[in-house]
Amino acid sequence: MLAFYRRLYPFKSVFGWLNHDHAPSKLFTQREFAFTLQGDVYLRYNSFDNADDLKKQICKLNPTRFEIGPMYSARPRDKKTVRPAMFTPQLRELVFDIDMTDYDSIRTCCSGADICKRCWVFIAAAVRVLDKGIRDQFGYNHLLWVYSGRRGIHLWISDQEAMELTDEQRRALVGWLTVIQGGKEMHKKVNVRQGSRPLPPSISMALETLTDVFGDLILDDQDCFASEDGWRALLHLITEKTTAERLEKKWTAESMRSSDERWQDLKKEVKSWGKDSPQRANLVAAMEDIVLQYTYPRLDAEVSKHRNHLLKAPFCIHPKTGRVCVPVDPSTIDSFRPERVPTVGQLLRELDELAPAADSDAIEHHSADWERTSLKPYVEMMDRHVTALMDETRRATRMKREKDISW
Amino acid sequence: MQNARDRKIIPTGDSAGQVEKHSTHIYPHRLNFYDTPPLGDITIEEFETCALDRLRVLAEIESSFVRNRAYEELKEVTTKHCQKYLPLNSNSAHTLDLDAERRKDHVGHFVLRLAFCRSEELRRRFVKAETTLFRVRFDNDDGEERETFLKSRNFEWVLVTNDEKNQYKSQLAATTMKGASVDTERYYKVKWTRVPDLVERRRVLLKAGFAYVPSREISSVAFQEFQTNLTKALEMTAKALPWLDEDTRIVPILDNLSQGFLAGVPSEWSGMSTGSGTEITAEMVDDLARKHFPLCMRNLHDSLRRDRHLKHFGRLQYGLFLKVLGLSIEEAVTFWRRSFSNIQDDKFNKEYRYNIRHSYGLEGKRANYPAKSCQQILMSDQPGPGDSHGCPYRHFSPDNVQTALLSMYSSRGLTAADLPEIMNTVKGSHYHVACTRVFEITHAQYGVSKGDGIGGGESVTHPNQYAAKSRELAKENEGTKAEGDGDIIMMD
Ligand code: SF4
Ligand SMILES: [Zn+2]
Repeated sequence: MLAFYRRLYPFKSVFGWLNHDHAPSKLFTQREFAFTLQGDVYLRYNSFDNADDLKKQICKLNPTRFEIGPMYSARPRDKKTVRPAMFTPQLRELVFDIDMTDYDSIRTCCSGADICKRCWVFIAAAVRVLDKGIRDQFGYNHLLWVYSGRRGIHLWISDQEAMELTDEQRRALVGWLTVIQGGKEMHKKVNVRQGSRPLPPSISMALETLTDVFGDLILDDQDCFASEDGWRALLHLITEKTTAERLEKKWTAESMRSSDERWQDLKKEVKSWGKDSPQRANLVAAMEDIVLQYTYPRLDAEVSKHRNHLLKAPFCIHPKTGRVCVPVDPSTIDSFRPERVPTVGQLLRELDELAPAADSDAIEHHSADWERTSLKPYVEMMDRHVTALMDETRRATRMKREKDISW
Repeated sequence: MQNARDRKIIPTGDSAGQVEKHSTHIYPHRLNFYDTPPLGDITIEEFETCALDRLRVLAEIESSFVRNRAYEELKEVTTKHCQKYLPLNSNSAHTLDLDAERRKDHVGHFVLRLAFCRSEELRRRFVKAETTLFRVRFDNDDGEERETFLKSRNFEWVLVTNDEKNQYKSQLAATTMKGASVDTERYYKVKWTRVPDLVERRRVLLKAGFAYVPSREISSVAFQEFQTNLTKALEMTAKALPWLDEDTRIVPILDNLSQGFLAGVPSEWSGMSTGSGTEITAEMVDDLARKHFPLCMRNLHDSLRRDRHLKHFGRLQYGLFLKVLGLSIEEAVTFWRRSFSNIQDDKFNKEYRYNIRHSYGLEGKRANYPAKSCQQILMSDQPGPGDSHGCPYRHFSPDNVQTALLSMYSSRGLTAADLPEIMNTVKGSHYHVACTRVFEITHAQYGVSKGDGIGGGESVTHPNQYAAKSRELAKENEGTKAEGDGDIIMMD
């Protein structure tokens, strides 16, 4: 682990990403870092002057992982000496956390901590819907998706406006994006219509993407309605009583039908009602809601709502899998394979296998060690993201300067 | 040090007065954004009366929240209170001294800012009550004055052009009231961050960070602005406040005011007043749960017994409830230790013990956390998949509510014949009313009948109040039974 921090962890990139600029600003120096050490010791409210300072401390503590919090109104390491009213979170990336465990009641391939390429499809769908939705609706551009190292994905948004959102605004934004609601005992978890009105536009847009996903993933691959539990769960979501009863009778008799066949049965039932009948309208709405319930992104809302929530830093190592939390390109999310993400062991082996000549070379250019391992494409992805952010900062300062001059 | 007597209590603004002089009034509008503090010196009497009268109104607003009053009802009650304590007439009322009314409103607001800026909790409640007061007054304002008031301020909204309207026609239609047409409706474009409440409820169309707000919702921008400004201003005041601590005449008044706000409103159930807040032990919980708990706590208890675990919000909701019920910290640790029987001691000590102690105010902020009211349980921290907290009447599917009711309360006299009535109330979203009805049914054996509620027709607003009343009834009943037995012996 120590070798990983010393030779591979891209401190410079992470610094640039948090700081939005080359010279250290408050965005970095008043930023909270929290370390988890061996034996579950947890150190909060650390802060650092620059990337080297951070690196030095991390190499000294060798944490199993570390987390990033907001920029406070004072340096977190001075927390004890400032008045509480003077120590409040100011700026923070808008963050999201999607975790496979929230899909446990749907997926049939794995459960709990496990994840396979089949259940990754749920995550991929969530990424596509959110990435597009947030860009189109909220107009944010600086989105960084990061694999969480095991069974989920994080999103960090660094646009200036997103950084400035208050907790209340964050809660509103999460409310806008949240569609799945209700606890264990609630069958119907989608309630987004106002009366009998059509779906809100943002959700019907998501529905277009998700209808395909539903066919491939829920009906074919996961075959969610094949088992009795599965189809009974489906029936609970059909509020039109006559139809539900008819289907129940049919499916009790024919226990071997596939999910797709059952979905076709339902469609046939829908068509048996007159075009403008209320029953038909009810059923069509129910079918849309079912697609959403099975495929719409399930967010861990608490993470996003509060500026002072800590989230694991990119490029940390997941303690159980050993995989690096690498950035992920949302445009190729469907072909992303969690099992192909490099592990710390593999990266260190790659370093060892380098020719000794190259090795002595590396000592001179220490910081570039990652360039000669399979971590390279991921760090480069991060650096492109950082460059775009810094360009934005430069534009903003120039505009401000021009304004000042024109006065 | 400056002599307190010479110092002005509220810093004097310098220009606000002159700016308004072109009008016949010092205060041209009935409504006020309270951007600048009142002018001139303020006497201690004025200081106190203005504040107390305003406090009465705000406390009534808070109690409306606690009682779950619908906005219309809240508006009615608040308007009445305002007429009595804090009248604020429109410009058409020529005969009255409008400026005096408006000054009283202005001064009272600023005094209360001082009283309520001192903790985060107070700030939050003050902002909520003040924003509601603003909203009630805004809604009561006559159309023309409201318009001029809105125009007096730049909200940075832009009227959506017809071209743009046509471009997004179908999407705008989805956010427009039934019956209204996109062609005749006016829409304004504002940064979405100015209307978070509308965004949260999906009442607008969002494009590239701009919300398209139909004219009927535009007042939201003003309410939001009011709330945001006030929140910021209070934080600033809090930072600047230490100088006030020196003024020995004012501090006691302020203390008094903020306590009035806290104590005058029964939003927190302390359990002390009922006499049933006696100590209970870990062993007693199973029995109490069966006999006295409302559905939310029964469900948490049963989930805990079944899964030998509860997730975070479940522990919080149930743990605080048990605390107020009378479970001491030692008993609480015993209770949770035994309940999480699948968990090793060291894991328990590491992950849970601290939190239990914390909720008793023995760690961290050392705050005395109150148990959650129905309002909080119903409205905040919505349960996600896999959670057991919340209010079952709201967060369960209807069929699961029915199953739960029958399995938990049959032994207390509830039958399937009672379900339709209960479920109807649930359907109308009157969850606490359903809960109250269940209380009545399950306490019929103690002579409670329909409409009695938990006593005097009151409805359930807090799970601890439910449990306390239930225990009270049982105790009284034991009492009469014992006496009755005595009588019989005497007669023999
Ligand atoms: S109404 Fe209140 S007491 Fe009754 S179940 Fe719901 S939250 Fe609990
Ligand atoms: Zn799987």
